Amino acid sequence: MSTTKFTDNQLQSIIGNVLRYGVLSALTVTLLGGIILLAKDAEQVVSFSTFVEKDQNLFVVFNTIFQGVKDWNGASIIFLGILLLFLTPVLRLLLSLISFILEKDSLYVVITLIVIAVIILSVSFGFSH
Amino acid sequence: MSLLPFILILFLGAFAAGFIGSLSGLGGGIIIIPLLSVFLGVDMHYAIGTALVAVIATSSGSASAYVREGITNMRLGMFLEIATTIGAVVGALLSTNAPTSLLAIIFGATLIFSSLNSIRKKEDHLILPEQGSILAKKLKLAGHYPTASGEKTHYSMTNILGGFSMMGVAGMMSGLLGIGSGAFKVIAMDTIMKVPFKVSTTTSNFMMGVTAIASSVIYIQKGYIEPTLCMPVIIGVLLGSMVGAKILMKANTKKLKLFFAVLIFIIALNMIYNGITGKI
Repeated sequence: MSTTKFTDNQLQSIIGNVLRYGVLSALTVTLLGGIILLAKDAEQVVSFSTFVEKDQNLFVVFNTIFQGVKDWNGASIIFLGILLLFLTPVLRLLLSLISFILEKDSLYVVITLIVIAVIILSVSFGFSH
Repeated sequence: MSLLPFILILFLGAFAAGFIGSLSGLGGGIIIIPLLSVFLGVDMHYAIGTALVAVIATSSGSASAYVREGITNMRLGMFLEIATTIGAVVGALLSTNAPTSLLAIIFGATLIFSSLNSIRKKEDHLILPEQGSILAKKLKLAGHYPTASGEKTHYSMTNILGGFSMMGVAGMMSGLLGIGSGAFKVIAMDTIMKVPFKVSTTTSNFMMGVTAIASSVIYIQKGYIEPTLCMPVIIGVLLGSMVGAKILMKANTKKLKLFFAVLIFIIALNMIYNGITGKI
């Protein structure tokens, strides 16, 4: 019983920190990308009045972003920051999974796995639908 | 418009959205969407993608504090995330196929509902652990949270399946419109499951990140996430909500809430009108 309590409190502080530092690092990278974008294209005319639907596989999107980051492309660096932001809740999910495994709470291990499965499935749902 | 003024306007707008959001109890995403679509002429799909990114930023930012204080019920959050993530995937798929004018009308209706909900008088519940339903016991959903004096308040809940279904609806609205759909979650947890306020608001906040991930995976692949729009919005919303939270401690929130509820009601009517006349 006492060990369970210990992991629970520890986990709370770990998850709390993951959320905080995740947001902070995402914010830093996004800001950096924004500065680079503005330094290069401040005068460029922009319009987002028409939506151009894409149908790209997640891995293709990742690849394009990483290529752009290598070339110091501002928009790609912003996108990297956004990915870091998206990664924060994903990390939180994985940490919860580990803690439920440590607590030998099989019911919640299954519940967490279902949530992870839904997210993984949505990757394939999003593509070519 | 050229990039620099566009980004500056967006930043100021997002700051205002974060500020109003934290004072009124409405999510920042709800104000971002009309700002982008009505005032800046951005397509609804981009507006939805940008709002969702803002939702993840603000919810993770504020959830971190509540989790460390031990108020968030992580088991309850995880269990209900089954419903919200499935709902979010369904919503995001519907969103990619829906015309923008229909999205604007649905969004306007949700906005009206949320603004009314923000001024409604809510009743706080406390169901003692032994009064909780059988399913609440089986799922180990009973918990406790620290009070101001340092004591622990123990609680449980009821009508788990009802709350779970309502959470599915909340997730769907979140995936469809890129919002945190706090108003729907409040109904599910406070009204249906009778979870105490402190726990329901913090747990709902905690869940938003994971719910949003389920739909954002689809949004990314469809091209909803536009870095140029997201950058000033994330930063503006985060700063705005921090300043708002500081003022919240001192201000008379009752009048502020009413003011913003009326403001958002008018914006909502505008969105519905634009949707019906096909201007969005």
